[in-house]
Amino acid sequence: MRATALPCRMSTHDSPSRAGAGDPTPADTAPRARVFLDAGGHAPILPAARRAFDEAIDRGWADPRRLHSEGRTSRLLLEGARESLAASLGARTEEIDLLPSHTLALHAAVRAVARGRRRAGRDVVTSAVERAAVLAAADFAVAQPWDGRAGTRAVIGVDRLGRVDADAFAEAVRAPGVALAALQHANGEVGTRQPVGAVHDAASRAGVPLLVDVGASAGHAELSDDWDLLAADASDWGGLPGIAVLATRARVRRAPDWPEDPERWSPGGVSVPAALAAAVALETARSSRAADDAYRRALVERIRGRVAAEVPDVEVVGDAVDRLPHVVTFSCLYVDGEALVTELDRLGFAVGSGSACTSSTLEPSHVLAAMGVLTHGNVRLCLPRDVTSEGVDRFLDALPGAVRRVRDALGAGGL
Amino acid sequence: MPGIIDARGLLCPIPVIRLARAAVDAAPGTLLTVWATDPAARLDVPAWARMRGHEVVRVEDLPDGAVAMDVRIGAARTPTS
Repeated sequence: MRATALPCRMSTHDSPSRAGAGDPTPADTAPRARVFLDAGGHAPILPAARRAFDEAIDRGWADPRRLHSEGRTSRLLLEGARESLAASLGARTEEIDLLPSHTLALHAAVRAVARGRRRAGRDVVTSAVERAAVLAAADFAVAQPWDGRAGTRAVIGVDRLGRVDADAFAEAVRAPGVALAALQHANGEVGTRQPVGAVHDAASRAGVPLLVDVGASAGHAELSDDWDLLAADASDWGGLPGIAVLATRARVRRAPDWPEDPERWSPGGVSVPAALAAAVALETARSSRAADDAYRRALVERIRGRVAAEVPDVEVVGDAVDRLPHVVTFSCLYVDGEALVTELDRLGFAVGSGSACTSSTLEPSHVLAAMGVLTHGNVRLCLPRDVTSEGVDRFLDALPGAVRRVRDALGAGGL
Repeated sequence: MPGIIDARGLLCPIPVIRLARAAVDAAPGTLLTVWATDPAARLDVPAWARMRGHEVVRVEDLPDGAVAMDVRIGAARTPTS
């Protein structure tokens, strides 16, 4: 970070404490703390981010577009946040736009590039396991009647581990008429990393910009500069909800398909305090990344091993090695995902699920579907940085019984 | 007609459980057919078959919007409890 841009108190690099990891509490008297294992896209807010937010409310509450002193102070803080975010993400400050949600950032990226490059082509290439916002925006963009013709969305499949076929992706971007391609850095549901380097090489040679969604990776994994557009989610790395980052290389042609606004790429702008908190949170996350990676990678390793060994008829999915450090997903045969999430919640564990009944759409996760793995009985874990080893062990101890009870309730025990 | 599991209108994992129950007593090589309307069944029946050593040999859309899947029961069934 260019430390001059931010008040020094805000750039304190304190790691989150892992309270409870080493100090035993009397188990018979203390109520057992809940164990939160569903941090994807909504991680606990880092203490440094909360402090930065608090301070920025005092100093950065004014409209950053005003010419008076209060407005200038807000603008300086916002510029400091953009500089810091750019440095953390390997971008230039002028490449950074801030938007109020990751979904909006992905929508804006797809729509603006698809329209900006409409004369080069109308098609969009995506992997089958991109975030729903990317898939929906691509479907929206290719259906627009710009220049009197519509395009199509080419979907590149993944293998059983959830990894896209890099050769098929490369072939698809080489086809004539491609406006944009999108490939995530890693899948936030199953953790598998994608061959972004090879795909970006192919896209660059074809002159097609590649949107890389780092929404599940930024702050957790080392990023590369293999991108033309980059979308990141502050809420995933421990900032406050309400800020997403879209970085666009200067060479990428964009044209908004939304109304004029002084903030061309992010109509209405964003909360300055939330932007500050996002920047400080990402710096903090990056400063402890190596330690967090080793710590959470080992816990996921333990979860993968014990779940497979101790829960009958379970399929642990995603790549066991080439993956995000903190994400693990498994599906239990003959188990209702909603019932299992509810049972685990009752026992004190917050987990996610990609099963149909647990989603608002009643459709199973398109990621699990594309991988060809079991979609029912799914449990999705995304470990926050302050997860404790003891909490994970308690979860693993409770899981086999919870699965058995849900199976028995369905009359599926012993099948 | 024997060997048909009508799981239309049932939500996953019930269609897979009905199918698995029928598979317990089926001799290797038996063909079982499941009818289902839950979109997850289309995905989970093949996944179940793979995990259990069975084989989905036919997938067909029925006129009422359901899917029909034929599963050939494998030789090495090892149900765990």
